[in-house]
Amino acid sequence: MGKTISEKILSEHSGRDLNADDFAIIRVDLCLLQDGTGPLAVRQLEQLGIKDVVNPQGIAVFLDHAAPSPRKELSNDHITLRNFARRTGCYLFEIGEGVCHQIMSEMFTSPGDVLVGADSHTCTGGALGAFATGMGSTDVAVAMGLGKTWFRVPRTIKVVVNGKFRPGVFAKDFMLFLIGTLGAEGATYKAIEFTGEAMESLPMPERLVISNMAVEAGAKAGIFASDKMTKAYLKLHGREDKYKELRSDKDAKYDKEIDIEVDKLVPMVSMPHTVDNTKPVEKAGKVKAHQVFIGSCTNGRIEDLRVVADIWKGKKRDTDTRVIVTPASKDVYLLAAKEGLIETFVEFGATVTTPGCGACVGVHGGILGDGENCIATSNRNFLGRMGNPKGYIYLVSPATAAASAIKGELADPREYF
Amino acid sequence: MILRGKVWKFGDDISTDLIAPGRYFHLRSDLNELAKHVLEDADVEFAKKVGKGDFVVGGRNFGLGSSREHAPTIIKIAGVSCVLAKSFARIFFRNAINIGLPVIECDTDKLAAGDELEIDLEKGVIKDLTSKIQLKFAPLPKAMTQILSDGGLVEHIKKHGEFKIE
Repeated sequence: MGKTISEKILSEHSGRDLNADDFAIIRVDLCLLQDGTGPLAVRQLEQLGIKDVVNPQGIAVFLDHAAPSPRKELSNDHITLRNFARRTGCYLFEIGEGVCHQIMSEMFTSPGDVLVGADSHTCTGGALGAFATGMGSTDVAVAMGLGKTWFRVPRTIKVVVNGKFRPGVFAKDFMLFLIGTLGAEGATYKAIEFTGEAMESLPMPERLVISNMAVEAGAKAGIFASDKMTKAYLKLHGREDKYKELRSDKDAKYDKEIDIEVDKLVPMVSMPHTVDNTKPVEKAGKVKAHQVFIGSCTNGRIEDLRVVADIWKGKKRDTDTRVIVTPASKDVYLLAAKEGLIETFVEFGATVTTPGCGACVGVHGGILGDGENCIATSNRNFLGRMGNPKGYIYLVSPATAAASAIKGELADPREYF
Repeated sequence: MILRGKVWKFGDDISTDLIAPGRYFHLRSDLNELAKHVLEDADVEFAKKVGKGDFVVGGRNFGLGSSREHAPTIIKIAGVSCVLAKSFARIFFRNAINIGLPVIECDTDKLAAGDELEIDLEKGVIKDLTSKIQLKFAPLPKAMTQILSDGGLVEHIKKHGEFKIE
């Protein structure tokens, strides 16, 4: 019987022939820690009595959730992580270098890898053909200390996407639509594999958006087969030698198959307070935009910022709407500066912040006031997410967020395309 | 193991942002302090009034969202002996087992706030001593039982020196 990508990768990393539902001990290539989950992982490793990590070159620690630190407690957590990185020889990404998933994709994740991260959006790496999944601090501590973890091999939902995206409609809209269709637990314990002509023609930055949000349908992984887009992305980041051909066998067994045509897809929004509470922007009614946030591991890439700058060029924000732009990494920030995008943002009236996760996760830099709405390009709109349980978060694409900042309310971006 | 306590009832989609809010991010290295705010945005009285051994009882997709292991950890620190829900998000479920907090999937509609429960984890039986009904639940996968019975993943690895699961 044929195998899915997940079954292939996990078999290769266990030395056994594995199929969906099997339990197995799996060799881990890459581990990720960030400043919200890392200190606990370091303490758990101490509890285990393990001093050295198995493969320091496969571990990356990111100071991104509190960057720069707004509190002394978090500054002390940063000290813990810096000391850990220095002592073990693993990679440390300082404040300002970027959001963990962006840098993992740029520098580390390759087709066929097993990546475990103490961050739920670690599934972003599936876009590159890796088996990448989020876990807790203790799981990742053990993976660092022993070089392995345990998995139940997931069943796979095959999502076949055909057609062509219309102007003003993006991967984000597709993913919000899919999550609305599957429901927030529609893929729990499962992998989702994305295929079909609309996915094959999708460049890596858009694929990263889709894999990133697989967890919002409950999935363990959101995987793409590797292909010329994967190769092009790896080459762009000087890692073309890491390319490996990887796809599911034709006779692989799937849990179910979902077919979607993107021709009719329109800009989508997730209404408060669950990600699967989706509807077309044009049917969402009037939603005042007190704040617009463009950034996060979902939509803070250079391609997103270019879309936003194209819409904003020569315009001003609505006077009652404040706007925050957070590039996903230092490289994205630099490129945006070189291309003149930062100038466009500042002239538009936006605040450009340090690459990081602070606004999205409600730590600092964009916390909502009571009763306020945020139109955000991030991935979660749970009650309290952006630091205030009395705030309301609407998830959209960068184009929709950009249009909303001009109009002062949730707005369909298609008139700008 | 027999667990006894009172039901604290919550709805569907209790996210890790509700269990361990991001605005207390700075307390993540002070778990006892963070535990004073556990589930605060879902029930402001919970952290103050929960008793030792009590049960958190949710609906569908309990623990969805972030990977923060602090969420099940502070539920445990608050004194809760077990979380029951109709279904759990994957990472929360795995984290709960790893830190030694039992989790049970069952039809929680039958359990009311304030009910006294007696739960036999090995036999898979929940007795509601208030309403006099009895519920059964399927045992955990063996890999998880092995980790849970050792007291969590840290204790499991310390005891065996490696993964000892089937």
